[in-house]
Amino acid sequence: MSGPAAWCAALLDPDREVPPGLSTWNGSDPAQRFTVYRNNVTVSLMEALAETFPVCQAMVGAPHFRDLARAFVRRHPPRSPVLARYGHGFADFIAECTLAAPWPYLPDLARLELACLDALHAADAQPLDPDALAAALGRPETLPSLRLGLHPSLATLGSPYAVVSLWAAHQGDGPAPAVNPDRPEQAWVLRRGRAVLVLPMSGGDCRFVRALQVGATLGEATATAAAAASDEDADAAGGFDLTRCLAVLLREQVLTGIT
Amino acid sequence: MNPRRDSLPWAAANTPGTHPGLPPRAGVGLKPAHVQAILEGAPDLGFFEVHAENYLVAGGPMHADLARIAKRYPLSIHGVGLSIGGADPLDPDHLHALRGLLDCYQPALFSEHLAWSTHGGVFWNDLLPVPYDRATLNRVCAHLDQVQETLGRRILLENPATYVEFADSTLSEAAFITELVARTGCGLLLDVNNAYVSCINHGRDVLAYLAALPLAQVGEVHLAGFHRDTDSSGDPLLIDSHGSAVDEAVWSLYAWTLARIGPQPTLIEWDNDLPVFDRLHAEARRADRLLMGLEAGLETAGDTARRISA
Repeated sequence: MSGPAAWCAALLDPDREVPPGLSTWNGSDPAQRFTVYRNNVTVSLMEALAETFPVCQAMVGAPHFRDLARAFVRRHPPRSPVLARYGHGFADFIAECTLAAPWPYLPDLARLELACLDALHAADAQPLDPDALAAALGRPETLPSLRLGLHPSLATLGSPYAVVSLWAAHQGDGPAPAVNPDRPEQAWVLRRGRAVLVLPMSGGDCRFVRALQVGATLGEATATAAAAASDEDADAAGGFDLTRCLAVLLREQVLTGIT
Repeated sequence: MNPRRDSLPWAAANTPGTHPGLPPRAGVGLKPAHVQAILEGAPDLGFFEVHAENYLVAGGPMHADLARIAKRYPLSIHGVGLSIGGADPLDPDHLHALRGLLDCYQPALFSEHLAWSTHGGVFWNDLLPVPYDRATLNRVCAHLDQVQETLGRRILLENPATYVEFADSTLSEAAFITELVARTGCGLLLDVNNAYVSCINHGRDVLAYLAALPLAQVGEVHLAGFHRDTDSSGDPLLIDSHGSAVDEAVWSLYAWTLARIGPQPTLIEWDNDLPVFDRLHAEARRADRLLMGLEAGLETAGDTARRISA
């Protein structure tokens, strides 16, 4: 192996010999100098992960997070020069990684943080024109057959763990309040203006948004969400609430169209 | 393929040193943490520069901020992920995404690196060195032709900071850069810190190195701080860390360079251990003083010449 292939093999594996054909002006050890590149690659990618997953890092502590990040970087180096996309795959990795076993909620917490990053960088879209909304509400009999356009930043997340509360506990400057992680939570993630919001919602509310996102009419999405909510053991948030969903969509300006 | 410089469509529109909109002033890298201070304080700066790959996202505050800055200041976009020195073909999707970004913001300049960062589909997030041999030179020239054609503009290529050399290199770095600039018509982004770092790391005479570069094709200068380490022989090994103030040795080289090439748009790069904006601006003001002092000096020289001729 020579050339860039030898470099690539050695960049992420400190036990591997450095690539052949390196020279130094003073006869110093090329392996020590090659370490600069190793460090640049590994440390910069670990730092990129730490920036994307600050709450995960806070929960497990910086040393443990470094171990997880280093393991991920070595196993799954990025495939794109756009590092905002790096980290997709981190949650699935830590779900399988024995290093993360003490924190069973960590994969879903990582999914929530990634949803926040995706919401931050999602495409811009104008909120629905109030006149169009008024016109639709003026013909209530047509409402069930309408399709709602949603802002590209809007995403849903559900977990058997209290990852929404864990996330919220780490948004202030002060010490994070204690959270019992062993209860299910769901949230909508969206961007309003410059800010990413994580709004606790019910599982039914999340199913409602997911149905709308795949093209269901308002009537179909309502039926899907209500049926699913009654199947579940009526979670603490009270199941599906159409009025609440519509109010939040309007308030946060993530309703972008009615057709 | 060795097209003559003046036959390239972008050569005429982008004569070195006269980039429309990018003045021979100091600029700084735009950091999200500084945007508010910049918009509120309206600092007197020549331009802002951003890393292209940070803006290859669909929307949100990154683009909102850059659009606001670009309305007030000239903009330079600096790519860190094209892997122009790579052995693999360039990533066409990435190249077209860059074209879209340039079409959107119409920056005065686009620059990239003499380095590779992608191989076998993996992005290594570092600027890795290339051997200076004929095969590599031909490949880099072909990549540069493709980049300039796809982007529809002349680009600047930055000289690298390196920590190892290749035993198989047959050309000096300066000869390599000189030839690729001549063959492709690209300009040179002269990173004075990289020049200093590489020359110290490889025992080269930095003034001889700079003098051997195609200085007439410099379209922008970069200045940054380095981190001091030592190699296994106890000689200095400088790391291009972008995490501190510009070193005095680099300021001296910068003044030496300006005396030869005249005032050029000059970027202060400070990407890690980011200081408050005022500290970054103070570095830019120092570069501006050298740029303006030089202009004053040139005027004086011109006046003298006119007096003598009159």
